[in-house]
Amino acid sequence: MANVPHDAARGSVCVMVGTMKGAFFAWSDGSREKWELDGPHFKGQSVYALAFDDRDGMSRTYAAPQSMHWGATIRTSDDFGKTWSDAERQNVRFPAESGLALSQIWQIKPGRRDDRDVLYAGVEPAALFESHDRGESWAPVEGLLNHEQRPQWQPGGGGLCLHTILPDPRNADRMAIAISTGGVYRTEDAGKTWRARNVGVRAQFLPDKYPEFGQCVHKIVHHPSRPERLFLQNHWGLYRSDDWGDSWHDIANGVPSDFGFAMLMHPHEPDTVYIVPLESDEFRCTPEAKLRVYRTRNAGESWEALSEGLPQTDAYETVLRDAMAADSMKQAGIYFGTRSGKLFGSSDSGTSWREIAGGLPPVVCVRAATLQQSQ
Amino acid sequence: MITVELPRALAPYAGSKPIIELEDRCSNVGEALTALASRFPGVGDRVVDERGAVRQHVNVFVDDENIRFREGLRTPVSEGSNVLIVAAVSGG
Repeated sequence: MANVPHDAARGSVCVMVGTMKGAFFAWSDGSREKWELDGPHFKGQSVYALAFDDRDGMSRTYAAPQSMHWGATIRTSDDFGKTWSDAERQNVRFPAESGLALSQIWQIKPGRRDDRDVLYAGVEPAALFESHDRGESWAPVEGLLNHEQRPQWQPGGGGLCLHTILPDPRNADRMAIAISTGGVYRTEDAGKTWRARNVGVRAQFLPDKYPEFGQCVHKIVHHPSRPERLFLQNHWGLYRSDDWGDSWHDIANGVPSDFGFAMLMHPHEPDTVYIVPLESDEFRCTPEAKLRVYRTRNAGESWEALSEGLPQTDAYETVLRDAMAADSMKQAGIYFGTRSGKLFGSSDSGTSWREIAGGLPPVVCVRAATLQQSQ
Repeated sequence: MITVELPRALAPYAGSKPIIELEDRCSNVGEALTALASRFPGVGDRVVDERGAVRQHVNVFVDDENIRFREGLRTPVSEGSNVLIVAAVSGG
């Protein structure tokens, strides 16, 4: 695959793909019909977290390459990967007195629009870090680091990771996060204290099926225009909350399985959510060997299968929790990557799909950057 | 003097020098790594984790012996010792 330096032309869409062996950037114009692949960046390193930050006129990309040997660092680029920062010190580190050591960075999340210098990172072992200087330096959020329930959180198959960060765009003191396995936690005081918010979410694998915490939450999403409404893909279970997680109810209406990892909110429609169901926890592949995205347009009252352009025979695919993303074009582009190294995209909000790239290393993260609203 | 040989991946964090000479008085490899980290913090971050343990997929040899099979970070070093830091045989 050619390493193609790209001049970011206005009007382009960039789909950023984190894999087990580096990051790739797929570029297209507003039509999103033809794609050009750039990479690998961070050759040989896994990239579980990517983010694009366009606040305050920036076009900054964040990546968390992880060397199997030398550890992980958050690096930034203001030119879509032509050059990357390379801090001498590893910038996400637990304090020595915590007794913890960073295993992996799972999530990078820009803060609220009016906190333009603030970013968050979710890591393994489960902790939340924050930066107040646009990603140069990071510090753990002490209220969660020292949470009394921490000793009882247990690692899932991917490790004990904090993988989802949802700041409230309207309230600087409120944020929800998700830990596998720990469940959903929410702060109302800017991170000083955190309460488990899992009422109604099932823990299939515990004697007490509805504990206060300990659920294996795989992903939660919400829309900025309706932040109190959360959608949750669980380790068995699809849920919605209309009160910032105070209570949850089941919305697995008409899906072939309520097991899965990936979940994505439509960029413009707060009732539209995408998932990719998997058969079971014992066989984490698409049901019936058909690769189907499921979409609800009524906040989970019903789901429809989206399969046009996706393989419908011998498709034993897995889409991981962060391997799905949307651009912000008027007709939204939806993208996802598979553990088998395929990248699919839709330029019509998921109704039809095409393969953008195949033969990539296993895909663990997908993010999309929209440089200009041209359509 | 103790000599520390770095892998190519870490040389950029040590002024592009693959071999570091430590004049510090060190009695074991842990003290040698601490001295190395004080001069080159970027190397230190990448060889040991926040708890001070050698990273899982990094091997440290003192005079050709892997410290995992000796006394770990307490493995003695002395004047003229050679400390070799290498990436372990691992990957995916």
